[in-house]
Amino acid sequence: MSGYIGKVLRINLKLKSIKVEELDIEKAKKFIGGRGLGTKLFMDEVDPKVDALSPENKLFIVAGPLTGTSVPTGGRYMVVTKSPLSGTIASSNSGGHWGAELKAAGYDVIIIEDKADEPVYITIEDDKVEIKEASRLWGKLVTEVTNEIKAEMPDKAKILTIGPAGEQLSKMAAIMNDYDRAAGRSGVGAVMGSKNLKAIAVKGSGKTPIFDEAKLKEANTGFMKQIREHGVTGTGLPTYGTAVLVNIINENGVLPTNNFQTSHFEAADDISGETMTNEYLLRKNPCYRCPIACGRWVKIEDMGLEVGGPEYETLWAFGSDCGISDIVSIFKANYWCNEYGLDTISVGSTIAAAMELYEKGYIKDDELDGTSLAFGNPDATIEWTQKIGKKEGLGAKMAEGSYRLCEMYGVPELSMSVKKLELPAYDPRGIQGHGLQYATSNRGGCHVRGYMISPEILGVPEKLDRFTLEGKAAWVKTFQDLTAVIDSLGLCLFTSFAMNAADYTKAYNAVCGTEHTVESLLEAGERIYALERLFNLQAGIDPAQDTLPKRLLEDPIPEGPSKGNVHRLSELLPEYYTLRGWGENGIPESDRLSKLGL
Amino acid sequence: MKITVRLFATFRDGRQKVLELNLPDPATPQGVIDKLGIDQAEVAILLINGRDGKLDTILMENDTISLFPPVGGG
Repeated sequence: MSGYIGKVLRINLKLKSIKVEELDIEKAKKFIGGRGLGTKLFMDEVDPKVDALSPENKLFIVAGPLTGTSVPTGGRYMVVTKSPLSGTIASSNSGGHWGAELKAAGYDVIIIEDKADEPVYITIEDDKVEIKEASRLWGKLVTEVTNEIKAEMPDKAKILTIGPAGEQLSKMAAIMNDYDRAAGRSGVGAVMGSKNLKAIAVKGSGKTPIFDEAKLKEANTGFMKQIREHGVTGTGLPTYGTAVLVNIINENGVLPTNNFQTSHFEAADDISGETMTNEYLLRKNPCYRCPIACGRWVKIEDMGLEVGGPEYETLWAFGSDCGISDIVSIFKANYWCNEYGLDTISVGSTIAAAMELYEKGYIKDDELDGTSLAFGNPDATIEWTQKIGKKEGLGAKMAEGSYRLCEMYGVPELSMSVKKLELPAYDPRGIQGHGLQYATSNRGGCHVRGYMISPEILGVPEKLDRFTLEGKAAWVKTFQDLTAVIDSLGLCLFTSFAMNAADYTKAYNAVCGTEHTVESLLEAGERIYALERLFNLQAGIDPAQDTLPKRLLEDPIPEGPSKGNVHRLSELLPEYYTLRGWGENGIPESDRLSKLGL
Repeated sequence: MKITVRLFATFRDGRQKVLELNLPDPATPQGVIDKLGIDQAEVAILLINGRDGKLDTILMENDTISLFPPVGGG
């Protein structure tokens, strides 16, 4: 079937066996690819109760049917496994060029099983696949590993690797590819590290088969025009990157500051996209076939570095959330996260939680084996990020993530997380729909499972009042279902500013020869969402965890434009459950599951 | 009346980040963007004191207006 290569590469690291299997096309059609197909494959092979860092957990690296095609942004892959941080399904996706190269090499899926006896890495050159000894690479930073493996591979090979944080099993470890792109969230890098797998290098010479080239070409022309002419994807993101959000989120009074103790940061402009673009931007750093090119490349003069620049989330995590206005310190913390292979959101948020623990006297000076954890200290984020990466001293406690860190001091409520995954850069007390999405995201505190900032703040596709509740549950469900589709196709979520469900349907049908309608594609999204929910329930994640930190439910924002608001989750959740067919208790009902073919 | 205008992203090109304007009463955001030479079609987000505003909202003394062209991210 077009769009899919039809091949699964199954590698057992203990047995050192490499098998190529046929992809089950019926499964692929039902769950699309990427996030959806990965979840289905996981559930068919692994018990969700598995210990995430045990050899019995498996790592599924899954491209989408549009990955490696000419559809704009079609270069993404998804890592699906059980999260060691949250215990939920982990599905972390990444851009860059690695995913497209996997398809070119002739595979839709890589399944990594068991654990190697010694550190190894995998090289793939079309049908030549090898497991190689990696002791010389173990302990090395991401850039060094990438360069060393590149030197032995054919020209233009793409490298996916973990850094030392993944080796050390930090629950915030990411899987990095193409130097600075990250499957960042949920601790997927620790799962790879637990298998003694350092890297996967890939070089391919093939192409993804297309069902109707002429129809696809015509569709792509339209998509490119839409993306280039839309203000967000044509001007805002290309000019400023995602960092453009710093000022707008702050102007709305929902930029979490000092570990969400307030949500207005006086010095926001110092860490904004405008400042980064005007004073530090060297060039854009686009992913595969992306006309948006939101990726940044910046200079860090006093380190003599030209490196990947921070996203909005990172500017927030190492900026206002830690009370820090020194943008260069954020570049450095971001750099160390990329080199150690760490999720910038979780690391920044965990340091912010540590700062509050220090401020309130839970972490005492005699325990500090590094620079002060005072809010506003720019040296702290740089130094503690490295200590987390090395699991050194107090950094080892922090490497467990903010929830476990705060729990160690008896105050888990100071962790700004949902299902133990650190919340991103938007205070839901002033964005009610977005808060519902945080509480119900299948991987925990995440903004890109249903980006309600788009309608509630940015006015895309239409402006909603961010403080009201009416209609928000339905919006969240639709956004979550559509996002599941986009994540499964292998496209970037940012296309959704300019493209709609009908566009994705058109692209999928042209590439794969399917006859999807908008309704059937969104139903596939709902099916994927329900399957992830079933994973979580089987893993023992109680629906009571569909909640927000106590602070966000009980303590009003103390100042700024959103002053006085709390999140009204209890008023939204019942309607959301009803719309999903999850009954009163958040458990999918059998008639809805059978309607979805589950 | 005294109004503070805060400009962001491309609206800063050729203009200051923050402006203090004295406008005749009654004043509206429409009057502000006209005075600054900003095309109405380019205004994607208009906040008055951090809350969603409209171009014809009557402004009060010491109001702060924030103006953004289309922006987004994640």
